[in-house]
Amino acid sequence: MCLAIPGKVTSIEGDDPIWRTGKVDFGGILKEVSLAYVPEVKIGDYVIVHVGFALSRVDESEAKQVFEYLREMEELSGFKEGGP
Amino acid sequence: MKYLDEYRDADGARQYAREIARVTTRPWNIMEVCGGQTHSILKFGLDQLLPEGVTLIHGPGCPVCVTPLELIDQALEIAARPNTIFCSFGDMLRVPGSAADLLSVKAASGDVRIVYSPLDAVKIAAENPASEVVFFAVGFETTAPATAMSVYQAARKGLGNFSILVSHVLVPPAMEALLSSPQCRVQGFLAAGHVCAVMGCAEYEPIAAKYHVPIVVTGFEPLDILQGVFMCVSQLEEGRAEVENQYARAVRQTGNQPAQELIRQVFTVVPRKWRGVGEIPQSGLGLRDAYAGFDAAKKFGLSRHTVEEPADCLSGLVLQGRIKPPECPAYGKRCTPEHPLGATMVSSEGACAAYYRYRGLAAVKAACETQ
Ligand code: SF4
Repeated sequence: MCLAIPGKVTSIEGDDPIWRTGKVDFGGILKEVSLAYVPEVKIGDYVIVHVGFALSRVDESEAKQVFEYLREMEELSGFKEGGP
Repeated sequence: MKYLDEYRDADGARQYAREIARVTTRPWNIMEVCGGQTHSILKFGLDQLLPEGVTLIHGPGCPVCVTPLELIDQALEIAARPNTIFCSFGDMLRVPGSAADLLSVKAASGDVRIVYSPLDAVKIAAENPASEVVFFAVGFETTAPATAMSVYQAARKGLGNFSILVSHVLVPPAMEALLSSPQCRVQGFLAAGHVCAVMGCAEYEPIAAKYHVPIVVTGFEPLDILQGVFMCVSQLEEGRAEVENQYARAVRQTGNQPAQELIRQVFTVVPRKWRGVGEIPQSGLGLRDAYAGFDAAKKFGLSRHTVEEPADCLSGLVLQGRIKPPECPAYGKRCTPEHPLGATMVSSEGACAAYYRYRGLAAVKAACETQ
């Protein structure tokens, strides 16, 4: 039940932060989600959603970090192995 | 799906596994705190990719599993009342109380409804002014902002027929309780990413320093978990004990401030009993006095009896990472997901259910062989 999954915000309704909601697309399935806790979110952003609430905006540049880390480690160990 | 599939890449997983093997020189025990992570580990066989000696110990991070028997019994008592609509997340329906479960109350004509969000329960309350609507508020810090908002919105709408039965628990006090036990084997933690998306990372700093354990805030996909293990093993090998954030795409250092504010406004920190573990000081959330009118336990004057756990369920030891589910004599025999003896076999995030689903009875054989 702690599952929280990323989805894309496709529309936003309401101005009052407490009642602001959005339609979020999870791979083709649309759900209405409260945006009360992510006032910064805009249409097109990806958010992490749990029990009907967006809890955080997915940071595009940080999202690549998992792969970059791997590449850097490989270069480093390749460099070590290839070194004198 | 974007931000999902790429973190399940098999080549990437193998590469991370190789890197972990490369930096590992000694055996290490690492606990993943969250049941969602346990589920991923078993589903994708991540434990089998790790070098020998690096062991993942499954933690207490399944709110369904740690909800005490007394509260399940209280839920059953409320759900059986006339003129009452009892709303709950689906996973709670088959958790055994001392005599029955919510599903059997539903079958015996109780109005028990599965909701996806606490806000659905608020909506039901607005549409059914003549009924009492009670939401079973179970969860960690991840779920607390949703519950807090349901109470806040119900208050704003003046819904006097809405209340919640609160069983919210907090992760850091449970980690401390585990670490201060003399039987503790945990040397490093993968902290629960979504809990930290709400609360941030700062509250783990004192724990890392006091117990000298590395704590890596970690996501839920295979590459996240493997990178988390790599970061944790690297710290252990280097003798460091820091809080690091593997899951920065979703977790900011300070967490989600508006969510924390509303949690503080609606809830206060209270002692809480964890099923199978016992009472842990300052480890739960209860409603503040200003919102006491929404407290179902007060509203319905529920009995406050204490109940003993069934002796043949070892879920307490499972939740504390002291045994793996197949080591429980009842596992897969008298206890299966169809006929669960304990909550860890019911919830999809419970360690017993995850083992049974992905390893079945083969896990029993494997557990015997390693002993
Ligand atoms: S296998 Fe069943 S009886 Fe054994 S600890 Fe798990 S839930 Fe309890």
